Amino acid sequence: MIRKKIGRQSVVFTESPCITGRGNVAGEKEGKGPLGECFDIVLKDDMYGEKSWEKAESKMLKEAMLKAAARAGKTPEDIDVMLSGDLLNQLMSSSFTARDTHIPFLGLYGACSTMTESLLIASVLVDGGYARHVLAGASSHFCTAERQFRMPVEHGNQRPPSAQWTATAAGAVVVSAGEAANLSLKSRVYAESATIGRVIDAGIKDANQMGAAMAPAAVDTLLNHLEDTGRSLDYYDMVVTGDLGYIGKDIMMDLLADAGLNKKMIFTHYDDCGTMLFSKSQDVHGGASGCGCSAAVFTGHLLKQMEQGKIKKLLLMSTGALLSTISPFQGESIPGIAHAVSLEVR
Amino acid sequence: MEGEKKEIAKAYEKYARQFTPKPDYLGNSIKAFLVGGVICTVSLWFQNRLTAGGMTEKDAGIFVTIALVAAAQLLTGLGVFDVIAKFAGAGVIVPITGFANSMVAPALEYKKEGPVLGVGAKMFSVAGPVLVCGISSAVAVGIIYWLAGRF
Amino acid sequence: MEYFWAFVTGGVICTIGQILMDTTKLTAPRILVIFVVSGVILQALHLYQPIVDFAGNGATVPLPGFGYSLAKGAMEGAEKGFLAAITGPLKSTAAGIGTALTFGYLISLIFTPKSPKR
Repeated sequence: MIRKKIGRQSVVFTESPCITGRGNVAGEKEGKGPLGECFDIVLKDDMYGEKSWEKAESKMLKEAMLKAAARAGKTPEDIDVMLSGDLLNQLMSSSFTARDTHIPFLGLYGACSTMTESLLIASVLVDGGYARHVLAGASSHFCTAERQFRMPVEHGNQRPPSAQWTATAAGAVVVSAGEAANLSLKSRVYAESATIGRVIDAGIKDANQMGAAMAPAAVDTLLNHLEDTGRSLDYYDMVVTGDLGYIGKDIMMDLLADAGLNKKMIFTHYDDCGTMLFSKSQDVHGGASGCGCSAAVFTGHLLKQMEQGKIKKLLLMSTGALLSTISPFQGESIPGIAHAVSLEVR
Repeated sequence: MEGEKKEIAKAYEKYARQFTPKPDYLGNSIKAFLVGGVICTVSLWFQNRLTAGGMTEKDAGIFVTIALVAAAQLLTGLGVFDVIAKFAGAGVIVPITGFANSMVAPALEYKKEGPVLGVGAKMFSVAGPVLVCGISSAVAVGIIYWLAGRF
Repeated sequence: MEYFWAFVTGGVICTIGQILMDTTKLTAPRILVIFVVSGVILQALHLYQPIVDFAGNGATVPLPGFGYSLAKGAMEGAEKGFLAAITGPLKSTAAGIGTALTFGYLISLIFTPKSPKR
């Protein structure tokens, strides 16, 4: 009876789950980056009128969710399930968003890979006929992540050149069943197949080397996706990883070339959200990171490009570093993960 | 098996390092040298003014420490210290100013968790280990010297 | 000349810290601990006093100077007796620690942290 699984790790969607809405909120610094124009809401103050940074992040996620639902022409009552995650302990932002929206909720933790993870599961739910409309999203906030995983914001420490900047951003999409999709959209984006990633640990222990820690997982997922689907890299107009940053992107390209992929093809078909969100002059060292990075770049920039027909086939691969707040102190290395969802315009 | 895993991890770390830009060792060191030197010189000048005003050298030293600590903490509260430290690095972290900053920075951030378990507890999240290690090693030195004096 | 040596000594100690931070993966709290404890140990071996005599504030303002004061208090106390050996370290640094605690607490209650701009 297994009809929708292909290869070792991949699934195909046969019932055309469709992305009918997208929404995002970006922080002040993100708004000043090269993609600033693409975002629905750009914050003037990273507190977002709230009393704590955690509340601000939660509000950002909520606004992104509501915006996505509104674009799909839906109210929260129309949504069957909400899937989301963030970087905070016990998924504070997501759970507190779900407290307000009253949508049936499944919390997900995939660190920075959460956007793809939620999109993947949303597509599965819709494709399997278990839901008509599913909200999928993720968020991160520089100040909440920084104080949980690293040093206090006002502490006078210098960031090494490899350190990445956690994006203050949230993004969400509505995935709807094919027949329920809003037909008025000019070009519609469908989830076509997906690959669930394996945890790969290359042994990196430095929390300032996230890109290097996650790149092997991204390579693993991409190669397995191509093998499972029998495709070559240039099947896609664009393959984007989540937040490998400048260093991780270079490593990824080098590893892919080692795996026998055409160098020129890698160069023209592959990019990384972590290198797209900020410009180098914004002093972010290794590039952007965090759940919000791929969530905002995907919902703000990439989906827009697809709607305009500039990208026809996209492979979104958010990458996550599955370290905990205590594991580095116990001498553990950083496990990496990456999931892939193939999207196409029809 | 375990050793083999370690070897692979080491090889990958070395591989990843060639993609990682190096910090500007020389520039950072020069900045730390200059700023650290200036802090020490200014505090010496301040101390000399105090002793010239009739204060004993010991009291003047204590006042200098108090002034440095208070200045660093005020700058931290104003959100300026991290900007200075980004430039000067160890130049402001290694002097007593870095210790003062390490108390206020986490405490500020945990304000929402209350004045006791938030601010009160978090003041020691970075400074605590410094005090614990410094004071206990000094007490150990005291006891060793006391024992040595008895025999 | 007094100022010159204070400048150079303070600068050199800070440069050592910078090199440690850049070349190792040591985080700031560990650097602070290393510096304070090394000040304690150096003074226990009577090695830090000469630097202080030579450089004045150049040696007392950096964190090894804090360790130096702690150890000096302990060693002076040890001459008076067991109790003084234990109270010595805190006594000699009480003003600094007291200010850091009280003023730090006050500052933390007054100000709020800012999200980095740019």
